[in-house]
This record gives sequence, structure tokens and C-alpha cells, in this order.
Amino acid sequence: MKSRWAGRAALLLLFCVLPWIIYPPIALDILAFGLFATAFDIVFGYLGLTSFGHAAFWGTSAYVCANMLQRGHSALTAILCGMVAALLLSLPIGFLSIRSVGIYFSMITLAFGQMIDFIAKQAEDYTGGDNGLPGLPQPPLFGVDMSNTRHGYYVLLVIALLGFVVAVRAIHSPFGRVMVAIRDNETRAQSVGYDPLRFKLVAFVISAGLSGLAGAIFCVGHGVVSLDVVNWTTSGLVVMMTLLGGSGTLLGPAVGAAIVLLLRDLLATHAGAVGVVTGLVFVLTVLFFRKGVVGTILDRWERRHAAQG
Amino acid sequence: MSWQLLSIQIFNGLVNGAFFALLSLGLAVIFGMLRIVNFAHGALYMLGAFAAYALGQKLHLGFWPALLIAPILIGLLGMLLERTLIRRLSALEPSYNLLLTFGLTLLIQDGVRLVYGISGAPYAGPSQLEGATNLGFVVFPTYRLFVISISLLICLVTWFVIERTRVGAVIRASTENPVVTRTFGIDVSRLVTLVFGFGAALAALGGVLAAPIYSVDPLMGSELIITTFAVVVIGGLGSIMGSVITGFAVGVMAAVGAALYPPIANTLIFIFMALVLVLRPRGLFGMVEGSR
Repeated sequence: MKSRWAGRAALLLLFCVLPWIIYPPIALDILAFGLFATAFDIVFGYLGLTSFGHAAFWGTSAYVCANMLQRGHSALTAILCGMVAALLLSLPIGFLSIRSVGIYFSMITLAFGQMIDFIAKQAEDYTGGDNGLPGLPQPPLFGVDMSNTRHGYYVLLVIALLGFVVAVRAIHSPFGRVMVAIRDNETRAQSVGYDPLRFKLVAFVISAGLSGLAGAIFCVGHGVVSLDVVNWTTSGLVVMMTLLGGSGTLLGPAVGAAIVLLLRDLLATHAGAVGVVTGLVFVLTVLFFRKGVVGTILDRWERRHAAQG
Repeated sequence: MSWQLLSIQIFNGLVNGAFFALLSLGLAVIFGMLRIVNFAHGALYMLGAFAAYALGQKLHLGFWPALLIAPILIGLLGMLLERTLIRRLSALEPSYNLLLTFGLTLLIQDGVRLVYGISGAPYAGPSQLEGATNLGFVVFPTYRLFVISISLLICLVTWFVIERTRVGAVIRASTENPVVTRTFGIDVSRLVTLVFGFGAALAALGGVLAAPIYSVDPLMGSELIITTFAVVVIGGLGSIMGSVITGFAVGVMAAVGAALYPPIANTLIFIFMALVLVLRPRGLFGMVEGSR
């Protein structure tokens, strides 16, 4: 237990110094995608459902947030509206998809994600179409100048941490236990008296809401939104971050987000190679490294302890 | 909407449906045998179109040879992928293979983009099928009529082979119970590879057929495969005839709907999918197992 807190403290410290050791916009990306992957893992790791459409929540929230900023609302209002939009969207999508499991669930979420992508392409008045929405107003948040990425990062870090705490509380609670019970044996959970569909829907909505919060952080921090946020590759990217970092390990998804984004940044000068390397890392992770970085470390650590004890 | 316009839209829908049917047929055949959903199906479709394009550029081979050679090449590639990668995950949950083939899609798509660039290239169709044909009630491009017919023909032949012949009986037996089938002296493992290769070849065939209509570009497969997934959800996994019928029907429905109310064009299939999920969660032709 002590080492778990040590891990958390180390990661928190790392997040605090991040914009000083790497280019601040990349630090912001890691923050937003770290929360996004953590939120995604509620459904992926703890409910055992592979959603391929989470970009719908991240992207919808980013666009709603951007539109609120454009209409002169405060950054806090914009973030909250983005998150609420993601929550509202997740109700019908969740209701329709959680009755399926396995690859069926993946295909359905992917299809709904693509539907949001088509809508975003068509609603040019609100999304700017292929041009996206560049140069959004960046009003101060809690008195901090958000146009300075490094300063803005710290305000957004606090908000992201709140989101992270919500995710951890959801997982480490009786509710989270039921989620895992449903994942491991749905029939048994049902026979003990839990309604799997209700729990799955609530988990899906929490996951989507936090993904929305992450999308809004991304929007407010960068002051730019493009069609990428609703693209199917974004949905895939978050799956990959989570798997590479270690699904079901709380900290893993954020670690995975950092690794993937730093790798992509490293390759950014070789245009075109980014996708190839991302795909290759994805394939290798699925084939040989399914426990992910944090999962493997925890495994080693537990085995050593078992040997000692 | 006039009768003339409606019939043109129905034919346009049948063309789209021809591609949905070919792809979802390949997905259904692979799913039946391996119990996995091949995300890379769209990438294989795109590779089929690019193989045809490259055969034309490098070896000056026209449409007809390409229609035969490209599916064979991509079919072999599919068999290689199955033997070297997909097989490794066959003992795990099928979702892992969906993830693997998703990664392969990124790899293949961006690999092609790295070599050929982002912009699409035009591809000439066969000169014999240029122009339009007057069907009496509507005039329609000859090549597109050819696409509809050949897709329909291949779907029917595939259905016939799997449901009505001895080869098909062996394939179905291997699907139902691989262990017992093996005791009859049948090499199920080789059969799995062949079936995956066949599914890949079907996707490539779709790609070659699509090349003269849409231009050849690295992203041509990704949007199509996701829409095809919606078609598969509507039809339900598992039934070969079901996937073909749903493919054509959804194509026509989307085209007619788009003509009635254009802004809805791209989203109509997904709205239809939502409706089917409410009314018949297993899809129109799905088996009970399909939802697992």
C-alpha cells in the first residue's frame, strides 16, 4: 500500500515539473490525454468493454467548449458546458451499446463515434469543418492568464486532478467492486442482486463525462480545436495509451499517454512516420506487452514480495 | 421526387451496397471461422485498389488482369498475417484481435501514405464498359451496372459454396466443432488460414472494383470499414446471406434517404443502426451467439 502511494506521489511530482522539462504544449497534451485515458479505462479495464468511440465524448466536449469561448463565456462555464454535453451524449450512446459485449460493443461504439465525426464535418458553422476552430479566446481562469501555456497548465492540472480523483473514487468504491464483479462474471453479479445494465450505464456515463472534461481541458489549454478530436484514430489512440501504460492499474493509462505522446513528438519531424510507428507500437503492445508498463512493474514487484514473504 | 430520380438513387444505392456486401461478406466469412472481427478489412480493401494501381503503373497491366491478380496478392498477404500475427492471439479474447487488426490498419494505411502521398490517384476502368446503358426506365453508367452484377454474383457463389457444397460443409464443420473435425483428418489450421486469405481477397476485389469509381487513396478503406461495421451490426454477425442482403438494402436505403433529405445522408445508416439496436439488439439476421 505504501509503495502505491509512493508511485502516485512520484507521478504527481512529475506532472508538476512537466512543463519545465518538455515543451509546454506537449505537457498539456499529456495532461489532457492522461485524464482521457484514465476515464476511458473505467469502461475498458474495470468493465471489460473495449469502446472504440470515446473520441465522440472528448471531441463533442471540445467543440462545445470552443463554441462557448467564442460566444464570450468564461473558461469555467465553457469547461462545464463541454462536460455536460459529453454526459448528455453518453446517455443514448451508452443505453444503446451497453447491452452488447465483446466485439459487438466495439463495433457499435465505433459506429456511433463515426456518426459524431460525420456530424462534426457537416456542422461547419459550429466546428469550422476542415479548418477547425483556431485562435479561440483564452479568458483567464481563476485569475490566471491562460494564453501563457505554462501558467495555464497549472490551473488545468488542478482541474484534471479533480477529475482523476473522481475516477479513482469510482473505481475504489463499492460501485467499483460491482463493476469488476460484472466484468468477471456477469451472471453471478446478477444473481447476487445487482442490475448489470444499470451499473454498466452509470460507469459508461462517468467515463464519458470525465473524457469530456479532458476534452475541454485540451480545448481551453490549446485554444484550438480541429476535426482530429472526433476522428476514429483518436478513439484508437486512447485505447493504445491505456493498453501500453497498463489497463486496470489506475496510473497506467496516464503513463501510457505520456509515452505515446512523447514518442509522437520525437517523430514529429519525420512527417508520415508518426502513424507507422504508432501502428507498430500498437501491434507490438497487443502481441507481446498486454499488461502494459505499470502492469508489468506491479507484477514484478508482487512476485518479488511473494518470494520474500 | 420523380420516378426517374428515385430509380437513379436506387441504382446508386445498389453500387454502394455492392461494396458494403462484399466487405461484410468477407467479415462474415472470417468471423464464422475465426470468431474475430477483422478491423484491417478496410485497409486490405485499400491495398487491393493500390495493388491494381501499382500493377498499372509498373507493369502496364490493365483493369482485367488487375481484377484477378490484386485479390490473389492481397489474399496471400492476408494468409501471411493470419499465420504470423492473428494466430498468436486466437486463444485470447476476440477483442485482442480487434485491437491487433486496428494497429495493423494504422500501420498499413500510413505506410501506404508514406510511399504514395496523401492525394488520391485516378484509375482508369475497362474501356469495354465505358459509357452508359439504357435500361428502358433509366440510363445508368455501364461500369456501375457491372459492379453491381459482379458483386451480386460473387456473393451468391460464396453463399452457394459455403452452404451447399462439400467444401462448405467442411468449413462449417470446422466452425461448429474444430476438435471433432480434426479427428476426421481435416487440417483445420490450414483451413483457417485459407478462409482468412479468401476474406482478404474479397476485400481486395472490392478495392479494385472501387478504384475506377472513387479515386485510389490511402484513406479510402477506413471510412468504408466503419460504415460497414454499422451494416454488420444492423444485419447481425454470423449469417452469410444476411450480410449480403443487409449490405445491398442499407446501401439503397441510405441513397434514397439522402435524396429525400440531403443533410442526413451520412448519418442515416447510423440512425438506422440505433433503431435496430432498440428493436432487435442481435441484428436483423443475427444468431444468438452474434452478440457474444
